[in-house]
Amino acid sequence: MNDTKIDVINFNFYYSGEKALNNVTISIQQNMVTGIIGPSGCGKSTFLRCLNRMNDVISGIKVEGEVLLDNEDIYASNVDVVKIRRQIGMVFQKSNPFPKSIFDNVAYGLTINGIRDKNYIVEKVEKSLKDAALWDEVKDRLNKSAFDLSGGQQQRLCIARALAVEPEVLLMDEPASALDPKATLKIEELIQELKKKYTIIIVTHNMQQAARISDFTAFFMMGELIEYDTTSKIFTTPSMKVTEDYITGRFG
Amino acid sequence: MERHFDEELKNLKELLLKMSILVEKAINYSIKALVERKTKLAEKVIKSDNSINMMEIEIDDFCHMLLALRQPAAIDLRFITAAMKINNDLERIGDQAVNIAERTREIIKEPLLKPLIDIPLMATLAKKMIKDSIDALVNKDESLARDICKRDDKVDDLNNQIFRELLTYMMQDPKTITRAVELILVGRHLERIADHATNISEEVIYFLSGKTIMHHMEDIKKQQ
Ligand SMILES: Nc1ncnc2c1ncn2[C@@H]1O[C@H](COP(=O)(O)OP(=O)(O)OP(=O)(O)O)[C@@H](O)[C@H]1O
Ligand SMILES: [Mg+2]
Repeated sequence: MNDTKIDVINFNFYYSGEKALNNVTISIQQNMVTGIIGPSGCGKSTFLRCLNRMNDVISGIKVEGEVLLDNEDIYASNVDVVKIRRQIGMVFQKSNPFPKSIFDNVAYGLTINGIRDKNYIVEKVEKSLKDAALWDEVKDRLNKSAFDLSGGQQQRLCIARALAVEPEVLLMDEPASALDPKATLKIEELIQELKKKYTIIIVTHNMQQAARISDFTAFFMMGELIEYDTTSKIFTTPSMKVTEDYITGRFG
Repeated sequence: MERHFDEELKNLKELLLKMSILVEKAINYSIKALVERKTKLAEKVIKSDNSINMMEIEIDDFCHMLLALRQPAAIDLRFITAAMKINNDLERIGDQAVNIAERTREIIKEPLLKPLIDIPLMATLAKKMIKDSIDALVNKDESLARDICKRDDKVDDLNNQIFRELLTYMMQDPKTITRAVELILVGRHLERIADHATNISEEVIYFLSGKTIMHHMEDIKKQQ
């Protein structure tokens, strides 16, 4: 049996009175890739952002229930949100490098966390870029602007930036949706490598992608978790008719 | 929402239906040739097997295309993989019909050993099993498919009965051995046909429910 990394229990989420997540209960397994699928507007991104409290910045939100990271409730009152976001990193749909050099983009998380040790930073940047499978492509131009990179490279740069602060969990919201097939494949391969060290939760609209890369799949609809099982079960013999209809493209 | 893909799945169903009609016909003619002692009809079954083989290839190619290009999941995936296995079972049934036709060619060279009663009855049961298994597929009728699996025992019983009866002939008069063995083989071919029809029903159940009942998997799982 696997270990649970994140336990979400009876979780509700509201945007200014509007319920966006309804009684979600799910155990995310450590060192596994969990794919989140579901029709547009069903709450995938909302759910992902709840896992590292990225929604906190939005005014009027309300949270009920628990999100346990290694059995500690991340919504408890004494929790250091900055620390939570370091433990649970995030990569977005559109790569969003800062208008800085490649090196500074990766070093950013370290410097804002107060790390000043030059040697440590240099080492860490190299290691993160290697883990993100980008090092060989950029090692000779680390001081060039991040915007000179291709879309796929920028996305891997953002992954490297997330990895630099040594997270335990990596949240990815459609990380490959803006990339061509080759760059997508590279990200997918990278995810398979990364899961050895990290727990990965990925939102994707691409059904084949979810089937290819995730070990577990969670199907959401209208703010509810409809079905959660191994990916092979979901894609061969799902238990719920709605899941079947969704993944076979009969709606959504 | 009606998908373009649904049209293709419907075409696949129709191909299987066509193929099943061909193999039912082959059984029909091979048994008719035996009962009515018609060499020409037996030869016709043997010759027409090629069209069943060609159809098997056509269905296989079509399934490969669907798998590669449509990347089906869940019930669509189960339908296509079931279709590939059903296709194979139908083709094997065609082969068994040819075997019966070949036996028939020999059997009718000699006088009849005994009136044919159980063999035509077995053939009727087996044909119905094929027809119903394909109906179960087309109409998504899981209970019909489960019923067919039960009927297989009846065919097995008849086969054993034929065997025992012909054994007594052979013991009483060794000169009947060649003719008796030919008839025993016909019974055996029909019994295999019913087995393939049972396989088809099991595929239909898997396609519809996602449950494997092959090799008594349901019973084994219950015990666990
Ligand atoms: N900042 C916000 N304020 C208010 N409502 C929001 C906000 N963000 C999302 N919502 C609403 O919450 C619901 C879930 O949105 P969410 O973005 O989580 O969906 P999604 O599953 O990620 O969709 P998509 O696949 O289109 O990205 C939607 O009805 C959306 O309108
Ligand atoms: Mg979203």
